Amino acid sequence: MSDELQLPRAAHVFVSFAALLRINEFAVAPDQTTAFLAAIDLLGPRSLEDIRRAGLATLAPPPERRATYDRLFDIHFRGGEEFDQPEAEDDEIVRLQDEGRGEDETPLADEANESGLAAARTEALVERRFGTSATGDALRRLARDAPTHLPRRRGHRRIRARRGPFADLRRTLRDSVRSDGEVFRLGRLKRRQRLRKLLLLIDVSGSMKGRTEDNMKLAHALSQAAPNVEVFTFGTRLTRVTRALRVKRREQALHAAAHLVSDWDGGTRIGDALQAFLAVPRFAGYARGAAVVVLSDGLERGDPTALRDAVAKLSRRSWRLSWLTPLSTGPGFKPQTEALIAIQRFVDDLFDGGTSSAIVSYILSLGQRRAA
Amino acid sequence: MVVRGSIVGIDSPEALEKALRSAYYLADEGVATAAYLALALGKPLLLEGAPGVGKTEAAKAIAAVLGRRLIRLQCYEGIDASAALYEWNYPRQMLAIRQAGEESIDIYGETFLIERPMLAVLRAPDSTVLLIDEIDRADQEFEAFLLEFLSDFQISIPERGTFRAAERPVVVLTSNRTRDLHEALRRRCVYHWIDYPSAEREARIIMMRASSVAESTARAVVAAVGKLRREPLSKAPGIAEAVDWAEAATLLHKGGARWPDAFKRSIGVALKDEEDLTFISGRLDALLAEAAA
Repeated sequence: MSDELQLPRAAHVFVSFAALLRINEFAVAPDQTTAFLAAIDLLGPRSLEDIRRAGLATLAPPPERRATYDRLFDIHFRGGEEFDQPEAEDDEIVRLQDEGRGEDETPLADEANESGLAAARTEALVERRFGTSATGDALRRLARDAPTHLPRRRGHRRIRARRGPFADLRRTLRDSVRSDGEVFRLGRLKRRQRLRKLLLLIDVSGSMKGRTEDNMKLAHALSQAAPNVEVFTFGTRLTRVTRALRVKRREQALHAAAHLVSDWDGGTRIGDALQAFLAVPRFAGYARGAAVVVLSDGLERGDPTALRDAVAKLSRRSWRLSWLTPLSTGPGFKPQTEALIAIQRFVDDLFDGGTSSAIVSYILSLGQRRAA
Repeated sequence: MVVRGSIVGIDSPEALEKALRSAYYLADEGVATAAYLALALGKPLLLEGAPGVGKTEAAKAIAAVLGRRLIRLQCYEGIDASAALYEWNYPRQMLAIRQAGEESIDIYGETFLIERPMLAVLRAPDSTVLLIDEIDRADQEFEAFLLEFLSDFQISIPERGTFRAAERPVVVLTSNRTRDLHEALRRRCVYHWIDYPSAEREARIIMMRASSVAESTARAVVAAVGKLRREPLSKAPGIAEAVDWAEAATLLHKGGARWPDAFKRSIGVALKDEEDLTFISGRLDALLAEAAA
């Protein structure tokens, strides 16, 4: 008995570290804590560094939250200063090169990056009772129809079928045993259909201000309705918000996303943002064979050639590249801005992105469209 | 949890690091610690990192250190139990039924069972290391299937019953992180994120792997590769590319090419994407000159 009482005393500081991680939204299972204790024991531990490594190996914080892990570790074991969430969970946020360049033309960009203001905007984003009932209807339609209307592709997994290109030897043999080894019917297999990857790139710059909130809600609804949806926001930087949007409750998810994104309502450098997206191999991989939907007005402050090159590259990677702009006036829409004209020939669809209902209708029509 | 402090005489991360070095793998402290913990705690080791940082090599080196056979399971979309676990030899079963005639025959006997990597490891856990390579390429169904295997190390074959490993096998999983793995999978493993090695260590790796390469060449290549990795390229050169580049440049140099030229002409072994080459071409001379300095 006394042993059992003694162990927690020595181990308390480690167990409470696991608890601290949990409070900060790291998923730590009880047996990981056990493994953590065993690992510390195995390593000596001879230094704080041993404990840190034991934690990294057994508690397995995701690489993009490594900075947060290190901060929490220092606070817990070294008694560091008050914890505030590091501004960037580095791995998921790509600052565009020379971010401050457009200061004169885009005064909002810098303002938005000051944390106080960003926080205020965050609140505004989440708490404002926005969206007409039309948006609500559109989102409900998205949730209902997404599983059947999103684009599909042939997967590599095989399933039983009445007719199909492959023989199901396993089933055939089983059946034949019943008839004493005589094969009367050959079982068939076919390739199963899978939902295609969907990549949503959302412009959150100042000029899109009126759409941003609804677009984020839509991204959340889509993430909930279908697996393998990836969502990025861009303005003066590029932020992956996929993880945040996987949270089921909308308020929570949008709040988490708003925390990550710190360039709301700022300037736009779409070309640079897309270049940055393509330059991270892990991100660029999400576009390969995916239905890529860009929600942006295409009002480019940066270099139009950078935008054109990036869109051309994105178009080659993707299954189908669609650009939904609120500036579109209808089916016969002819773009007027230099940037949109430049990218027009690389984009497969240039449609209306002015209302949630239009966007939802478009996304649900993707299943009917072909590769381009 | 079964904790074994010492495996084949390896009782600390340092000892493992030394052993890995003799297997021609230069591990940093992080990798050595994670690998040691995985072995000692009897858990699978999950290595994540960019392509070409030496994840698969690490698994090979661990197998070499333990003196075990490495069994590799390359993942791909749609991989299933019949490719990973076991398969019945249907044509032979079919023939056997025909030939047996009136006699009774067990068509689910050992002779008809085709062993796949996971079953092979379960049956000989003390002499094999299982490498499940590029798990991020497999689909979620396979990941779920794997969860069961990795927690109990047992599998059931409906016709034969349950197989259980006599001891916990050594399993190494690698992922390029082209998608996020399920939390449950990470939770069951000892996890390590492998980064590109430091310049110092990468130079040592190059010289160890390619003995013909001079130290100055290795350092120049490492410096150039380090710069390339900071550029927005679609495929940054990995360690293997750096080794190849150093070797190729050395070869050209021996054939009479002058130094910066030898690097430049052999760039194709380091950068293998046309767009990347075009992107970097204008600045390549300056970049190489800087690296050589």
